[in-house]
Amino acid sequence: MTTLTAATRTKVLQRQGAAVALILMVTVSWLVFPRFGSLDNLRDLALQGSFLAVIALGMTFVIITGGIDLSVGSLYALGGVLAAWGSQYGFLAALTLPLAVCGAIGLINGLLIARTNMAPFIVTLASLLFARGLLLAITDEGATTYQIAPDSAFVELGRGTVFGFGYPIFIAAALCALGGVVLNRTNFGQNVFATGGAEQSAVLMGVPVARTKIGVYTASGTLAGLAGALTAAYLQSGVTVIGVGTELDAISVVVIGGTLLTGGMGTVLGTVIGVGLIKVIQNVINQIGTLDSNYQSVVSGVFLLIVVVLQRMLRR
Amino acid sequence: MPTDPVIEVAGVTKTFAGVRALDDVDFTLNRGEIHALVGENGAGKSTLIKVLTGIHSPDSGQIRRTGRISTIYQEVNLVPLMSVAANLFLGREPRNRLGLIDRARRDAEAAELLRGYGITADVRSPLGTLAVGEQQMVALARAVEADADVVIMDEPTSSLEPREVETLLEVVRKLHEAGIAIIYVSHRMDELYRICDTVTVLRDGRSVHSGPLRELPRIELVSLMLGRSVNEIRKHGTTAFGEDHHADTQPVLEALDLTSKPRINGVNVAIRPGEVVGLAGLLGSGRTETAKAIIGALPLDHGTVLVAGKPVPHNVRAATRAGISMLAEDRKTEGIIPNLSVRENIVLAALPRLGRFGVISRAKQDRIVDTFVRRLRIKVSSPEQKVAELSGGNQQKVLLARWLCSEPRILLLDEPTRGIDVGAKAEVQALIDELAKEGLAVLLISSELDELLDGADRLVVLRDGEVAGELEGAQLSREHVLAAIAAEVMDDADSH
Repeated sequence: MTTLTAATRTKVLQRQGAAVALILMVTVSWLVFPRFGSLDNLRDLALQGSFLAVIALGMTFVIITGGIDLSVGSLYALGGVLAAWGSQYGFLAALTLPLAVCGAIGLINGLLIARTNMAPFIVTLASLLFARGLLLAITDEGATTYQIAPDSAFVELGRGTVFGFGYPIFIAAALCALGGVVLNRTNFGQNVFATGGAEQSAVLMGVPVARTKIGVYTASGTLAGLAGALTAAYLQSGVTVIGVGTELDAISVVVIGGTLLTGGMGTVLGTVIGVGLIKVIQNVINQIGTLDSNYQSVVSGVFLLIVVVLQRMLRR
Repeated sequence: MPTDPVIEVAGVTKTFAGVRALDDVDFTLNRGEIHALVGENGAGKSTLIKVLTGIHSPDSGQIRRTGRISTIYQEVNLVPLMSVAANLFLGREPRNRLGLIDRARRDAEAAELLRGYGITADVRSPLGTLAVGEQQMVALARAVEADADVVIMDEPTSSLEPREVETLLEVVRKLHEAGIAIIYVSHRMDELYRICDTVTVLRDGRSVHSGPLRELPRIELVSLMLGRSVNEIRKHGTTAFGEDHHADTQPVLEALDLTSKPRINGVNVAIRPGEVVGLAGLLGSGRTETAKAIIGALPLDHGTVLVAGKPVPHNVRAATRAGISMLAEDRKTEGIIPNLSVRENIVLAALPRLGRFGVISRAKQDRIVDTFVRRLRIKVSSPEQKVAELSGGNQQKVLLARWLCSEPRILLLDEPTRGIDVGAKAEVQALIDELAKEGLAVLLISSELDELLDGADRLVVLRDGEVAGELEGAQLSREHVLAAIAAEVMDDADSH
């Protein structure tokens, strides 16, 4: 039990560590790259971050229960394609179809994990393959790209702005705020922490562990589908090649944000900061014109490693 | 006491893999009563609790429950990463007007409530930062505040400090006054007699006694638990030392003042070469802990272990190098590697000694393994047979061989014959005798009194983590041991 005080210290340092790193990165970038601080660039940055934030929000809940959801990258792409296809039947179809299908796959993930006690890693890996395969099947192996009519209301959802800030930014912000309240101020949120903190004890304390798990995987799938729909609306088409490896991006930002990969501890705010950090790094690398954009991954990877190493060192 | 049963169990039988864990058990808990549930390890207490709480459903028999049951387990079943207040109120948090959890009120109520249980720690800090005793108290508070009609406590004081025990008993008394029925499982006689009204004794899955506790003398209770007629037990003092037939030799092992609160407190054990010393006592009296303390696997508050007069640093490596080996109680998790062969399992402990530059001479291995297989009469088709395929008794011998081939001077055996059949048991017992004759110092832990009485030259009786008596020579009888375990009886006898 003595490790716990250290773990608490880690939590504080880590969350603030990510925040400090974000502020530092932003300040330095602002000074070094004149274009970084421009309103256009900041709007673009926030918009890019909003899609990942929606996916990472669901992942935060899943990881706090001690699980993992590898299917979100595929569901993100599938959601986009379904939205684009559905848009020919109107706004409602474009929005509800991806949410329903991706939510259903998330529900199946949750049912399998909670009821049969299979490892989340395996179950969601299967869904990753399943969803990607489904996507390729309905798009003739990616050859068909469904377009969304540029003047439709659905495109407005992705491209509309308030003071130049895209709607997805507000949607993501509202969802994260809601997520934070659910996590900290509702029974369900407490059950999420209890399930990930000590599952056996949670069962004995009367926590509906199975229902909680089903809930987080369903939410994660639904949110990935929503992120896909928003992306499709923004791009005006269902792009089939997106979302490869996005599940790993989502896991990275959650962990960078201070959520324990072993479960039981984490915050939505930390995840939002993690998203900001990754997106700022990517943005800066884009500003350095001479660097290949592939270095984005290199830097993100190094950063994640540093965070995990720090986690370890601080816990000792 | 008015009979107003809140739990009534009639003729309940529960079988696991052909073993009768509960055999036609009757049990009645009345409103407002504190009911002691006692029995040795494997007597069926845990199974009965699980049947009462609905975790297991019985094979046959009837259960009638009225009201809500809350259970406090021996290990703290809470979430260490969540705050104390969150743990206390999980599932029934105070809400604000929006239906959201009112954290400020929750924390304030938690602090207020826990003060009544003697806990003043910050309720917003993670539960895991509290001492184990405090955590246990939070678990108790949680169970009690859940408006339970029945509270089951499974050895709630086993990890508590004496001061915390007092607080807990105080809380139990308050519950009692509030009319809540309590099932209290404990091995601590003092506690039982202080707070319990009635007692049910389980033995081998059967209810062997049920009735008012105060009318039952302690020695009778102990004999019921261990399964002997009370008439056999003579009541007299037991701690006088008899003549010492090993007096000429110096002890090879001396453990002095071993203390690791609250498990063991000031235990002294000395063993001479060629002597088998038995550790007797009820479950939870500190037998295994004493052995673990000797080999350095239990952190000590204080105490020293001397081998041949020289102090041994308190860690397993140093103890092993000094010649102490321990055969652990649970051979499945603490010793045997089932998928390796008999040969590999045996030479495992001796590897550092056999190998030179990490290379182990196969011829040397075979020679050693051969010797032990013959000497311990291990029944194997070949030394390459997987250990998993052997019987329990032969597995135990393989483990014994492993420790013997590192040539120990002191052997600590924790329940060496548990779970093996009668024939193999006798062989292992004979082997222990032989090893002692060859000059090994042996510490023998067993729940079977007969095994201790037959096998040991001297018995150290433990009670609640302290030495309750040392028996030797003519004192090596069932009566003396039982009297020592139920020590208070001697005071009774003296005062009459």
